[in-house]
Amino acid sequence: MNAPTYNFAYLDEQTKRMIRRAILKAIAIPGYQVPFASREMPMPYGWGTGGVQVTAAILGPVDKLKVIDQGSDDTTNAISIRKFFEKTAGVAVTTSTGEATVIQTRHRIPEATLQAHQVLVYQVPIPEPLRFLEPRETETRRMHALGEYGLIHVKLYEDIARFGHIATAYAYPVKVNARYVMDPSPTPKFDNPKMNNSAALQLFGAGREKRIYAIPPYTSVVSLDFEDHPFEPYKHKACCALCNAEDSYLDEIVTDNKGSRMFVCSDTDYCETRQSDGHRGSENAAPYAESANA
Amino acid sequence: MLDVTANSTAPGAGAGAAASDEPLLVAANLGKSYGRLAACRDVSFELYSGEVLAIVGESGSGKSTLLQILSGQLTPNTGSVSYRMRDGVTRDLATMDEAERRFLFRTDWGFVHQDPAMGLRMAVSAGANVGERLMAVGHNHYGKIRDTATSWLERVEISPERIDDAPRTYSGGMRQRLQIARNLVTEPRLVFMDEPTGGLDVSVQARLLDMMRTLVSELGLSAIVVTHDLAVARLLSHRVMVMQGGRVIETGLTDQVLDDPREPYTQLLVSSILPA
Repeated sequence: MNAPTYNFAYLDEQTKRMIRRAILKAIAIPGYQVPFASREMPMPYGWGTGGVQVTAAILGPVDKLKVIDQGSDDTTNAISIRKFFEKTAGVAVTTSTGEATVIQTRHRIPEATLQAHQVLVYQVPIPEPLRFLEPRETETRRMHALGEYGLIHVKLYEDIARFGHIATAYAYPVKVNARYVMDPSPTPKFDNPKMNNSAALQLFGAGREKRIYAIPPYTSVVSLDFEDHPFEPYKHKACCALCNAEDSYLDEIVTDNKGSRMFVCSDTDYCETRQSDGHRGSENAAPYAESANA
Repeated sequence: MLDVTANSTAPGAGAGAAASDEPLLVAANLGKSYGRLAACRDVSFELYSGEVLAIVGESGSGKSTLLQILSGQLTPNTGSVSYRMRDGVTRDLATMDEAERRFLFRTDWGFVHQDPAMGLRMAVSAGANVGERLMAVGHNHYGKIRDTATSWLERVEISPERIDDAPRTYSGGMRQRLQIARNLVTEPRLVFMDEPTGGLDVSVQARLLDMMRTLVSELGLSAIVVTHDLAVARLLSHRVMVMQGGRVIETGLTDQVLDDPREPYTQLLVSSILPA
C-alpha cells in the first residue's frame, strides 16, 4: 500500500522536525502565529496545503485520520486529502468523529465533543485577523507584540454601523488565553464556543502564508464583542430535514427553482449517526414509512 | 481599561496645578543628520501647557524632521526630548519603551498629518475613525463610542448624518476636520500638526483655522504646528520659531517676530507675503 518512493506521510523527516518545532512553539504561546518554512505540496494553495503539512508532521502509523470539508466527509477536498494520507502514510482512515485521533478540517468543528486524545487540524487561508484593516505585516506583528487590539473592534464597529448587528458570520476574531487575538480560520461563528476550553489540541496551518498557530487543550477562547452587542452564535432557525437535530449547524440546500429549500446538518457524520440511532427528519420520514409498510 | 477621561481632568486638580509650572515638553540640543546632511542642529526649547508653538521656515529647513523627533517617531543623533506625563513626572522619550511611547501617541498626544489619508483609515466609516482611539484604550460599548463620535463630528462641523460614510467620500476640508476629531477624541494634552492647512483652498483654510483656534482654546491644548504659511502661525500660535538650514535662527512671541523680525531671513519671509 505504502508507495516505496515516498517517506512516511509524504514529507521528509527534516521537514517534519521543522514543522514540529513550529507546532511546539505555537502550543507554548497560544494564539501566536509562528512562521515556518512551508513546503510546496502536491495540491494548489487554498486546498489545505497548511493543514496537510501539519497533519503530515503529527501523523503516526497507529493514528486514525478523518478529513472533513465544511463538515462533510464526502466532498472532493476531504476525499482527496484522505486518500493522500492513505497512500503516503498507510494510516487507517475513518469518517467517525469518535474513532478518529487526528481530524483535519476545512472550516467546521465536528458537532460531537472532541476528547483529550484527539487533535483537530485546521486549514487556514489567512491567519492574520488584522489583515484587512492594517495591510502592513510589520505593523500587525508589532500590534500583536504590544497587545494593541483596538483595531479589531473597528471591524466589529463597522459591522454594527452598517448592518445593525455584528454581521461577521465566519472567521470571527477570538482572544486566546487572554492575550493574542486570533483568526479561527473561516469556521462559522457557531463553532467559536466549541474552541473554548476544548479537551482536544487544536492546530492551525496556513501553507501559503507560512504560519502555524495553536490552541492547547483547556485554553480560554473568547469571541470579541461589545458590551451592548454581545457575541451570538448564528444558526438557521430550523432543524435538520434528515435527522431532526436542533442543536447542529445547518446547510441550506435549494431544492427547486421556486425557492423551496431544506436544511440539513453540515456535519455528515453527526447526521448519519443520529439517523442510524433512529432519529428521523421531515424529508426522510416518508420513504422509511413506505418500506416499513411493504 | 484605562480611564483616560478621568485623568484628563487632572490639570484642574491640586497636583496638576503645581505641576503646570513645569514645562510640558522640553527639547534639549536636538540634532539629526542624514549622512553629511544635517537636517536639524542644536534645537532647544520648552513648551508649557496651553501654549501653541509654530515652527516656520521654507521647505528643507528641517521643520518636519524636528516634528518627527519631538513626537518620538524619529530618534535624534544628539539631545533629548522630555515630556511631562499625566501623572506629573517628566520623562525622557528615549528611556520609554515602545509600548509606552505608542500608548502616549494615541492617548495623550495627537498627530495631524498634512495629508489626511495618512492619518485616517480611508476605507472605514467616519464613526469608526473617530472611535478607534477609544476602542484602543479599552472602550467596549458600541452605543457610547458612537455617541462620542457623533458629538465630535458636530464639534468639527461635520454633519452627524455622514457618520457612516467612509472618508474617501469626503472633501479635502472635511477629511482634515475628521482627522482632527479623530485625534482629539481621547482629549490629548499635546497635538502635533504638520502643515494642517496644506493643500486646502483659502476659504476652507480660513474655516479650518477658525475651528482649530476655537478647539485649542476650549480644550486648553498645547500644540506644535509646523507650517510654511505665516498666516497660520499668526492665527494659531502664541510663539514662533523660525528655522533655516536646520537651525533655529529666531524665536519669540508671534506678533513680535512677525511684526518686527530681526533676522534678515525672517524679514525676507515676512516680506514675501503678498499684500492682501
